[in-house]
Amino acid sequence: MTSATVTSPRPAGSLDRREPDRPVGGALRRLLPLFPALVLLVVFMAGPILWSVYIAFTNETLTGAASVNSRFVGLGNFVKMFGDEDFRNSFLLTFIFVIGSAVIGQNTLGLVIALLQRGRARAVRSVVNGVVIAAWVVPEVVAAACWYSFLAEEGTLNEVLAGLGFSQDWLYSAPMIAIILANVWRGTAFSMLVYSAALSDVPADLLEAASVDGASGWSRLVHITLPLIRRSIMSNLMLITLQTLASFGLIYALTGGGPGTASQTTPLYMYEQAFRYFEIGYGSAMALVMLVIGALFSMVYLRLIKADA
Amino acid sequence: MTRLAARTAALVSLAVITIAFVGPFLWVLLASLQPDANLTAKPTFEFSLRNFGAVLTWDIIYRPVLNSIVISGATALLTVVVSGLAAYPLSRYKLRFKRHFMLTLLFTTGLPVTAIMVPVYSMFFRFNLYGSIPAMVLFLTASSLPFAIWMMKNFMDSVPVSLEEAAWVDGAGWVQSLARVVGPLMAPGIAVVAIFVFVGQWGNFFVPFVLLDTPEKQPAAVTIYTFFSQYGQVAYGELAAFSVIYTAPAVVLYVAVNKYLAGSFSFAGSVKG
Repeated sequence: MTSATVTSPRPAGSLDRREPDRPVGGALRRLLPLFPALVLLVVFMAGPILWSVYIAFTNETLTGAASVNSRFVGLGNFVKMFGDEDFRNSFLLTFIFVIGSAVIGQNTLGLVIALLQRGRARAVRSVVNGVVIAAWVVPEVVAAACWYSFLAEEGTLNEVLAGLGFSQDWLYSAPMIAIILANVWRGTAFSMLVYSAALSDVPADLLEAASVDGASGWSRLVHITLPLIRRSIMSNLMLITLQTLASFGLIYALTGGGPGTASQTTPLYMYEQAFRYFEIGYGSAMALVMLVIGALFSMVYLRLIKADA
Repeated sequence: MTRLAARTAALVSLAVITIAFVGPFLWVLLASLQPDANLTAKPTFEFSLRNFGAVLTWDIIYRPVLNSIVISGATALLTVVVSGLAAYPLSRYKLRFKRHFMLTLLFTTGLPVTAIMVPVYSMFFRFNLYGSIPAMVLFLTASSLPFAIWMMKNFMDSVPVSLEEAAWVDGAGWVQSLARVVGPLMAPGIAVVAIFVFVGQWGNFFVPFVLLDTPEKQPAAVTIYTFFSQYGQVAYGELAAFSVIYTAPAVVLYVAVNKYLAGSFSFAGSVKG
């Protein structure tokens, strides 16, 4: 599940007028309920992030000599990373995965489904919504099992294509396409829901008027609908990019990054280095790169929605 | 293109999309009921509940599902309590740093949790917390908090402050006010946050996979992966039955909150705090 933000109107004659100025003790008491949340956030979120900044510059491991006393290695891990063939491969694959499954796949398909559903009967919408959302609600490991059975050598797809001579183990011959399709299947519901909501805010009489003036369906879409929902498009792109960037379980359970490293995106490579070979320092350097990329996208997202807290 | 043609084209496209989305589901649903299932979704007339019977054992289903309930339940409960408390001053008082705090929380929801797991693992190892379910629940709570606080604050904002005034006149402090007046009035909101966190953790695979050490502690998300990679290639029907049992609670809970979540997608351009 994911992070759309619930909006609710602020009640009229709002709050904030309660407490007159009180001495410091009062202010502290007012903030008291925030403390448990602050403590948890500082210890388990801010702490690890700062810790990763530190260990990314050390040769920390969990086994061998460096596990007892790790030492500062400066930019060593980052130099190693950019010279590491496997890391560069993983980075490229992550890029392809994000562009293919999120920016193109989920985003376009979500918009298309939302557009097609406009003006359709309620029963039609319920069926389509139900099926698309079901794929989203299923836990990622089960989604991987579904796609494994669909694409395997003796799977459903080959059964459907039987006789056409395409029969093959798709997970072996086209692992990137397999994980991209699986992720489009799993994530489209989110974009679809975002766009359904956005489209319902597009005034119908505007489209009607354009139609009377002789604008074709396509030009109404390009000149009226898309400009009106552009903020939603940008917000949606940022959110699905952030989710897809960090995707691990679906890929890990479906292809395990293989065959070889053919579908090993950066989270999987980081997992292998940090948790299989216990190269914690090196893994943290990769984690830090991902955090910085995530932070940049997150900042763009905040700008876009102009959150008014 | 005439109206009728456009309408038909749209319906045909929707039908194709729906069939494509149903495709990958078919196998799980069919194979779970077939005694001699293989990897192909092929309807047969042999139906049996034997696969379900085979996986309903302590090691395969009961213990992992129990672990999932404990881990997701504890995380949901703790998140609701902590975020509910935090939302109160954020909703009720004028605080100088409020805007920055709320924006920082929103920013945090965008950070990749996957990346945070390396330093978290390293910290858990150093402080001897590796393998500890309570410590993992605290981490999961912290990672759910930013979003939960946002939702809680929005729900709390919609409870009119005038309703609390009577309680204040009677000399109630914020604890009584929150517990007796605001809490009950925003009960549906609290349920949404709790279910949202619960379903999210029910499907969480990576965090327990990394932070827990023995199979006895693992939730169903990890057990089903292990089953999949070890026996899944042989016992297809059982894997499918396991998947159905493990997925059902997530689906039921989603349907329960569906109505309330519907509004959450209309952040068309701006978020009001």
